[in-house]
Amino acid sequence: MAVDPLIELRDVNKYYGELHVLQDINLTVGRGEVVVVIGPSGSGKSTLCRTINRLETIESGHITLDGQALPAEGKALAKLRAEVGMVFQSFNLFAHKTVRQNVSLAQIKVRGRKKDESDKRSGELLERVGLAAHAEKFPAQLSGGQQQRVAIARALAMDPKVMLFDEPTSALDPEMINEVLEVMQQLARDGMTMVVVTHEMGFARSAANRVVFMADGRIVEDRTPEDFFTNPESDRAKDFLSKILKH
Amino acid sequence: MYVLTDNFSTYVEGFVGTVELTVYASLLALVLGFLMASFRVAPVGSFRVFGAVWVAVLRNTPLTLLFFAVLLGLPRFGLVLPFKVFAILALGCYTSAFICEALRSGINTVPKGQGEAARSLGMSFGQTLNSVVLPQAFRSVIPPVGSTLIALAKNSAIAGAFSVTELLGTYKTLNELGYSIIWTFVWIALGYLIITLTISAIFNYMEKRWGVAR
Repeated sequence: MAVDPLIELRDVNKYYGELHVLQDINLTVGRGEVVVVIGPSGSGKSTLCRTINRLETIESGHITLDGQALPAEGKALAKLRAEVGMVFQSFNLFAHKTVRQNVSLAQIKVRGRKKDESDKRSGELLERVGLAAHAEKFPAQLSGGQQQRVAIARALAMDPKVMLFDEPTSALDPEMINEVLEVMQQLARDGMTMVVVTHEMGFARSAANRVVFMADGRIVEDRTPEDFFTNPESDRAKDFLSKILKH
Repeated sequence: MYVLTDNFSTYVEGFVGTVELTVYASLLALVLGFLMASFRVAPVGSFRVFGAVWVAVLRNTPLTLLFFAVLLGLPRFGLVLPFKVFAILALGCYTSAFICEALRSGINTVPKGQGEAARSLGMSFGQTLNSVVLPQAFRSVIPPVGSTLIALAKNSAIAGAFSVTELLGTYKTLNELGYSIIWTFVWIALGYLIITLTISAIFNYMEKRWGVAR
């Protein structure tokens, strides 16, 4: 188990009507740890990721972030969300704002930074994800991979304690996946705490400290990538791996 | 035929009355409609209920009945204001229900992920609505809001029945003076056309300027 827990989920349950999408989830993510969540579609991995900043509410259980219980709706929740960066499958860049404005907006509104200070920081972050030249363009003028890198910069602009990635490369053309993964690899090397829901097994192998395998709303395995990929314990994981690693 | 030139000042008075009713009631309707639309998408349940009740009551009450309720009802509760102010209140509140629903349909055209992204960055409900969702919703609500305000301009004629000076009401005076009813109404209709076409023009311009590019 992690020495210094940053995210803790205890006995978390969630239902969509009759459907029990998260069943007694227990998960601890340590500071600086990279946890990759994999599993078949509908296994609840995206939902799990979204409960951590309460984009999805839970029916029972406890979630704590850096020792603090996840607050209900309101100012306290907004404050906590600012500490948790999130990257979505569909990028969700603000369509009516330029790339720079996308990265600056929350710095100004939430962090209370001055506009020029925010824009300067946005410039640095865009440089870091290799998009400084595109700062004045609108999201629709960028490729998917570029948009996703902007989304990562936008999340980083809040100086979050942890980054959540909800299938960040699933909506991308194959040739754009790598540019996004490289940015994520770099983040992992820099010591960012990350929870990554993905189908990129290569990324899981190379960047993750732990792999969490989910099926039918449960965590089935929670092990190092080496162990998991070479010697999966459960039949469910063996079955899953045999299907995706065949080609 | 000469009814317009003979009674120009009466017409102008009525025209100005209708313009005033339209402008003030529109402003009230836009502000209230905006507020109610925010309520209807708010995370707090009681706000949503308030917004829903507001729309249900005002949208489903005949406007004439609402005029009676406001102009004759409110003074009974000790609220005495000029009839013109009452008329603006009635028109504005009534129309705000339609504006609210137009805005809400606009909000629904903005992908859910936009709001989620804003909230995930720590923006409050108000910040999310004002700097991310509404600017994008605005583009798609220009045409329906325009139609609603045109309807408001025409609905203002009801105020004439409650002795508020407005364009349609001028026919009574002119009729008593013995002018041809046909020509009286032709000029009144023209007056309304001037107002409604102006609103159309404003909204056409706004649509060109800010509308969704396709």
